[in-house]
Amino acid sequence: MFDVYLLETIINGLLLGGVLALLALGLNLIFGVIDVVWICYAELVMLGMYTIFFLYSKFGIPLVLASLAGIAVVAVMGYLVHFLIISPLLGTAPINQLLATGGLLFFLQSFITLLFGVEFRNIGLRLPVLEFFGMYISFARLLAFCTAVVGMIALYLFLAKTYMGTAIRAISQDRDVMVLMGVNSRKVYLATSAIGGGLAGLAACLLVLQYDIHPAIGLSFGPITFMICVLGGLGNMIGGFVAAFIFSQVIAVGGFYFELEWGYVVAFAIFIIMMFIRPQGILGRRS
Amino acid sequence: MNRRVTFLIGALLLAALPYMGVPQYYLHVIILILIWSFIYTAWSLMGRFGLVSLGHGAFLGVGAYAVAMLWNYLALTPWIGIPLALLFSLFLAILIGYPCFKFRITGHYFALVTLALSEVISMLIMALRNSTGGSLGFTPNRFGEGTSIYALQFGQKETFYWIALVVWIAGIWIWKRVDVGMERHALDAISEDEDAAASVGIHVTRQKLRITIISAVMTAFGGILYGQYQMYINPQTLSGVGVSLQIVFAVVAGGMYVAFGPTVGAVITISLAEFLRVLIGTAMVGLDNTIYGLMLILFIIFLPQGILGAIMEKGSRKKALRNLATAVSLNIK
Repeated sequence: MFDVYLLETIINGLLLGGVLALLALGLNLIFGVIDVVWICYAELVMLGMYTIFFLYSKFGIPLVLASLAGIAVVAVMGYLVHFLIISPLLGTAPINQLLATGGLLFFLQSFITLLFGVEFRNIGLRLPVLEFFGMYISFARLLAFCTAVVGMIALYLFLAKTYMGTAIRAISQDRDVMVLMGVNSRKVYLATSAIGGGLAGLAACLLVLQYDIHPAIGLSFGPITFMICVLGGLGNMIGGFVAAFIFSQVIAVGGFYFELEWGYVVAFAIFIIMMFIRPQGILGRRS
Repeated sequence: MNRRVTFLIGALLLAALPYMGVPQYYLHVIILILIWSFIYTAWSLMGRFGLVSLGHGAFLGVGAYAVAMLWNYLALTPWIGIPLALLFSLFLAILIGYPCFKFRITGHYFALVTLALSEVISMLIMALRNSTGGSLGFTPNRFGEGTSIYALQFGQKETFYWIALVVWIAGIWIWKRVDVGMERHALDAISEDEDAAASVGIHVTRQKLRITIISAVMTAFGGILYGQYQMYINPQTLSGVGVSLQIVFAVVAGGMYVAFGPTVGAVITISLAEFLRVLIGTAMVGLDNTIYGLMLILFIIFLPQGILGAIMEKGSRKKALRNLATAVSLNIK
């Protein structure tokens, strides 16, 4: 039996997948290249959302410019995260890097609370809802989906065609040998962190159109973003993309039949089970 | 022998604390510190061997909710509910731990799997909001006047203080037992190099699973205690990523590798939070966590052994230097 609502759910899930894929893109890059989990990644996205919100709603700067500023701010933050926190810890146990960025998560979340309070804000811009054959589809999500695809292609071209991109790929393959080949690993890491931050900023631009901004928003996106990266296989962009759609479908369809939380429960449970079956990710190669 | 006497006097002083005219509010803060110290100690049992779990919120939640729900819906006394809840958390620990260790998921992969577990539990509490109250939280039914051994509810703060004190001492005792046991050396070896440890005959999976079960069951018990004391539980304070990270932070701050490190962490974090709350009030919500976050980063970079760890290390180094100096001077003579 054909169910138009189910189809609507599936399409919306697909579009949600675009948002999640975009979120995962930058984290995946950092994860794959530097082998560090930025557990505060979603908080950087939140920082970008607040930047855009204040520039646009309080200072009346056009949304496009505000968005660009948001991307720039988060890119600088990404640079600083590596420069100030990760680089002193590069030689230590990986878990220390994770915990230090965990500290940054606490810091950003509560610092924003301190500055702006806990209330929900939104930029007050309502994008139209498109209607196809009796199905309602959010334009903002469609936009996010398209941007995610474009962003992934652009990142792919950057990694494949430019000198810096080649250096990044090389260092992700063997971080010790590349240093012997004369690559300045520090520079590459900083560039990667800035690009990763910029991608978080891009995600912030699209999330700000759909969601209310509040200091704890990172906690609702963060965990799922890590799961996507790991499920897709670390540093595997296409894997991350596929994983994002698997997750978003599970969440959307689970939410359609039961409740949204059940969708999340199932998605996280699938993640745990997949870790046991294929720890290298769904598209990863066994090393 | 001398140490024993010191410990005994310390324990007696602690036990007599409610008779010294400590105001109710301070007693409340001390009870919280004791309960959380126990939970942090439980976490550090795993953490010190490189098993960094971000899923301990799950065990807190499972313990507290199981006991409270059995009490409210089935009128099952906590005397039966607590063992059931502990059994349940034990199964959960095996369910997540066994495959993790069997398939050798370590380092930040282990952290992420456990993170997913804590999210599963917190989402489950939300999803089952018809019976758990969702994010509004859950209040166990009062039994009679409010004090009952049958329901393990005590209106008097003093009673809870003694319970928490005994539990905390038990936690330190377990930590010490693990510290002096043979298993500790096996686990140390595992955290250095699993293959090498396995090659000398250590059963890696069994060792890791055992310490995980001890830690998880203790954490669940801490969650139950917290629920019985506060008579109100909610998924934000007892499950999910937030509390799991908070546990990690306090332990790292206090010191992961010394017995009283987690306790020092609890004293610092809870008294800082309470101090700021009293001093500044609610005008600056989030100040305490801002400071914690900054401290966590600085600790990991500059003082990874924690406050107490650093102090004790310094002390032992001084002692070692003194010993060396006497040895050298004896040799010269």
